[in-house]
Amino acid sequence: MAQETGTARVKRGMAEMLKGGVIMDVVNAEQAKIAEDAGAVAVMALERVPADIRAQGGVARMSDPDMIEKIKAAVSIPVMAKARIGHFVEAQVLQSLGVDFIDESEVLTPADYKNHIDKWSFTVPFVCGATNLGEALRRINEGAAMIRSKGEAGTGDVSNAMQHMREINGEIRRLSSLREDELYVAAKELQAPYELVKEVAQKGKLPVVLFTAGGIATPADAALMMSMGADGVFIGSGIFKSGNPAQRAAACVRATTFWDDPKVIADASRGLGEAMVGINVADLPAPHRLAERGW
Amino acid sequence: MKVGVLALQGDVREHFSALIACGVYPTTIRRRAELDAVEALVIPGGESTTISQLAKSFDLFQPIRDRISHGMPVYGSCAGMILLADHILDAKADQESFGGLDITVRRNAFGRQVDSFESDIAFADGTPTPVRAVFIRAPWIEKIGSGIEILAEVDAHPVAVRSKSILATSFHPELTGDHRIHRYFIEEVARGALQQVQ
Repeated sequence: MAQETGTARVKRGMAEMLKGGVIMDVVNAEQAKIAEDAGAVAVMALERVPADIRAQGGVARMSDPDMIEKIKAAVSIPVMAKARIGHFVEAQVLQSLGVDFIDESEVLTPADYKNHIDKWSFTVPFVCGATNLGEALRRINEGAAMIRSKGEAGTGDVSNAMQHMREINGEIRRLSSLREDELYVAAKELQAPYELVKEVAQKGKLPVVLFTAGGIATPADAALMMSMGADGVFIGSGIFKSGNPAQRAAACVRATTFWDDPKVIADASRGLGEAMVGINVADLPAPHRLAERGW
Repeated sequence: MKVGVLALQGDVREHFSALIACGVYPTTIRRRAELDAVEALVIPGGESTTISQLAKSFDLFQPIRDRISHGMPVYGSCAGMILLADHILDAKADQESFGGLDITVRRNAFGRQVDSFESDIAFADGTPTPVRAVFIRAPWIEKIGSGIEILAEVDAHPVAVRSKSILATSFHPELTGDHRIHRYFIEEVARGALQQVQ
């Protein structure tokens, strides 16, 4: 019987399997193993975590294929990697390396300030960031199989993740309350395709999985975002920029599953050592705010 | 019938909808007391390493193992199949399963996500039409022990099997909106096994 690869169902289904889980940024095979042992559902292979990209500046690009291969060889869980916004050749390279998911990410320096990657033309699924519903639907229209609220990566400040999740889910709730003949204008205002707007209004949810990212640094942060309606959590700098990564990683995994049980979160939060130092998003000058990349 | 869906991680919601469509109202299982309250269990798709890790941390691992060995009906899809297999190949070092099915599965046997696929396959429940099967970084079965019935195969590898009270598929019927396999689990596997106990 014919076997069809890269269908929307196969790509979106992959994202469904990650639900309720934590995806962790790792920069080498050792960190990837620590993440896997702690119960991560996937790892994001990158050369520098966002906090370091932020500190060191310069142009941030796709990771070295050798480094991605080493991480793939080290763990049995899915391996994701980041491509620059609009850099479809980086994405083709990552697909040829056999990564399981590509993050078209604002954390890297954009390659195209107008267009994102046409993600339908790939077999590998993509996750893209969004700060609001219109942005999320434009990415889904381009073929994203998963959305993550952007937050502000590399800060350890959860406030933007919170704001973006409230924004996306608030707009979904608003759409659900509209009359059908009001959806045309809603689509215009959201700058998103009418068909997707209608689908969201009917179902009361995005057609793909919605994760959260950007500034999550503690088990309580992870649980907060889950209770805001996230399907799962990306933790970037928060784990390996902290005092005790193995323990913090496991604690965030537990808090993500038991997000509605403060006792479990309290237990998970004990004795974790120092969290990443962090930067207040409010202190970041506008050009250094990554969430504003992507359109 | 009281059916629980193991809700530590994975596509719990999809199994929930499929079970509701089959006329059972499921509950989520994250704690021992919740497990004790159900008669049958569904283990969803997800990451088998994550699910077994969390089951161990929250005192569910041994209780699930014991319930299965005492005949609780269970259905596992993909990660769920891995967790029901007595033997796992290409496992993470020290990875353990609940076990119960005398089979050897190979994790990610069909390849990485770029090799994931969907296909129409025959499913031996007496219905002539094929099922649409979605395979995501899916395992296959390399060896089967005695008392295991093969229900579906792809490329000569078993991808759906049952024993008396256990059903396992390496694909995800919960993603297609076709509830035939969940119905098979409830009506054929679970109801039969529970009646025997009574």
